[in-house]
Amino acid sequence: MTAELLRFALGYAQIALILALALACWRMLRGPRAQDRVLALDTMYSIAMLLFLVIGMGNGNVFFFEGALVIAVLGFVTTVCAAKFLMRGEVIE
Amino acid sequence: MMHLEQLPPWAAVIIALFVVVGASLTLLGGVGLVRLKSFYQRLHAPTLGYSYGTLLIILASMLMFSLSEGRVVVHELMIGIFIMISTPITLLMLGRAALRRDRDRKLGHDEPVPPRRRTEPPPPDIEADAGVDEDPRP
Repeated sequence: MTAELLRFALGYAQIALILALALACWRMLRGPRAQDRVLALDTMYSIAMLLFLVIGMGNGNVFFFEGALVIAVLGFVTTVCAAKFLMRGEVIE
Repeated sequence: MMHLEQLPPWAAVIIALFVVVGASLTLLGGVGLVRLKSFYQRLHAPTLGYSYGTLLIILASMLMFSLSEGRVVVHELMIGIFIMISTPITLLMLGRAALRRDRDRKLGHDEPVPPRRRTEPPPPDIEADAGVDEDPRP
């Protein structure tokens, strides 16, 4: 009973997160200006991190946590560099 | 899937509720990212996923691994604290970059850094749209 409930909840969460990933990817491909694309890329990073956490919960595996942490750090660095490039035209001044 | 049967029923209900609500709010943020009209409205949509989605899924993960391993597992808090610190910085920098790019486009210079002295007046056809779509510049 509890296993079926949890399996249904985790499956629904994975489908919802993949759908959100697809929507953010649509915005990144279509987005009229560059800041829309950067925002959509940052959203995709965070949704992928949540998806890794949910998959790790479904598998009972703790090692997906490190993947989620690495994705979070990479998303932060990527978005800060892209925003700095959009603002000044160069990353390191 | 052996670890799912070992959980007590109240914990299973709480974990399922947290995961479902967190994933639904993240999906709602994705829908807002697609449907909202201007960039400054779209900047607010994915913060649902950043705040509520991350918080609820991390709480569910901490509860599940604490109960299934029989000890207190709190290393998901690292992700929570890091997201809590990094999200305002990234969105603030992105919003400032967008403001600067919109102001540059309105003033009519093409470079990201404005030139020191401008000789020609700005073209008159671009002052109506502030942050609205449909301009050919990428």
